[in-house]
Amino acid sequence: MVKEGLLYAKSHEWIEVDGKEGKVGISDYAQHLLGDIVFVELPEEDAEIDKEDSFGVVESVKAASDVYMPVTGKIIEINEELEDEPELLNKDAYKNFIMKIEILDESQLDDLLTKEQYEAYIETIEHE
Amino acid sequence: MIKRTPLYETHVKYNGKIVDFAGWELPIQYQGIKEEHEAVREDAGIFDVSHMGEIFVEGKDSEKFVDYLVTNDVTALVDNQVLYSPMCNEAGGVVDDLLVYRYNKEKYLLVVNAGNIDKDFNWMSSQADNFDVKLRNESDAYGDVALQGPKAQEILQQLTSFTLQEIKFFYFSEEVMIGEYPCIVSRTGYTGEDGFEIYVKAEDTAGLFELIYKAGKKFNLQLAGLGARDTLRFEAGLPLYGNELGDTVSPLESSLGFFVKLDRNDFIGKDVLVKQKAEGLSRKLVGFELIGKGIARHGYEVCSEDGKVIGEVTTGYQLPGTKKSVGVALVDIEYKSLETQIFVKLRNKLIEAKVAKKSFYNKKYKK
Repeated sequence: MVKEGLLYAKSHEWIEVDGKEGKVGISDYAQHLLGDIVFVELPEEDAEIDKEDSFGVVESVKAASDVYMPVTGKIIEINEELEDEPELLNKDAYKNFIMKIEILDESQLDDLLTKEQYEAYIETIEHE
Repeated sequence: MIKRTPLYETHVKYNGKIVDFAGWELPIQYQGIKEEHEAVREDAGIFDVSHMGEIFVEGKDSEKFVDYLVTNDVTALVDNQVLYSPMCNEAGGVVDDLLVYRYNKEKYLLVVNAGNIDKDFNWMSSQADNFDVKLRNESDAYGDVALQGPKAQEILQQLTSFTLQEIKFFYFSEEVMIGEYPCIVSRTGYTGEDGFEIYVKAEDTAGLFELIYKAGKKFNLQLAGLGARDTLRFEAGLPLYGNELGDTVSPLESSLGFFVKLDRNDFIGKDVLVKQKAEGLSRKLVGFELIGKGIARHGYEVCSEDGKVIGEVTTGYQLPGTKKSVGVALVDIEYKSLETQIFVKLRNKLIEAKVAKKSFYNKKYKK
């Protein structure tokens, strides 16, 4: 399931843009690939992280996967609920964001995928 | 070339998530590792383990030969008994760990790990010169299905007139008809639960698997993949070749001393192991519990407080249904005692841990 109204990175993170801010999470496709999520390593508040750099780690029973910044930004809030209930990402990957960021370079949003583009992208990797 | 078991089509049909494991296309999971893990602990799970290797040893010297190959005492077995044992090289490292099935003194079945079949067969053949034995690698001729969990016997009993109760823990019968399929059935497994491993002709495997799966539905029998197989065996403190065991680690270091009988006939690696035991080990496998946050994975470095590397994680998980992050590591001997403070290097950060028992579950075998 790909949600309308969000922008997606090819590394399977989403961002919901609200002015200069954005909520960031992982896509439903990503949580499905990972399986049962048991741990989320959250970033530090106030950290500035470049686009495509790792901001944390999502671990399932089987493996650890880095999660990447969709755009360059400053962390303004982290979703601490995930520390105790990482499985929320399995339950609803869109309702449960990982963090809120201040978007430092809005032009980078143009590089991200729309719902339709992301769906098409998933198609192509599924058939590889 | 990647291989498929006789159950490949079955896995696809039931939406198994197929991965490459030791050169085999097998399902890592169907519904999810957590659900499958819990099903095996509560009710039952069925696994495809057809990738395991089956090597038969036959001939006058079979008992002597197998006893010479492995570290455990094969001469102590009676007919239809099964024995777990490491098999060492001359340096005392572990070539493989295997199950020895004794038909009689002149016929044994050795069940070996999938990734080691060729290596094992070549190794065994190279050691056979002075023995009157014939070795046959029958791995492709057999499928193997593991039915594990507290409901395993009840499920399987519906399908056979053989009284399964008669097969005790670590025994087998080579003449069990399950439905229309002739099978070898042993009360063995790799989960810490009661259950069976069922060997069947390759061409009968899919039919047998479906038969058991259907008969188990009302007992909440679940299809279980390699993911749950690994979390279950790890939780029960059972070693995995390639993680806890390897060519350059001795079975004493891997804490398998119970399966190494030094006061008996000669076997390969004995001299080195006797010496190791007399001089004391330099490293040992221990369990640990992470105190800080994170999950220690296979291959991560284990350090002392000042960052000196003192070992390596062999397996680590946050176990399904728990919040505990635990693991097993091979560490320098001075860190082996329970409660010792150690650190695991996670993405360049040292996370505190303490040495703990390496079994995180009380096994529920029917003895």
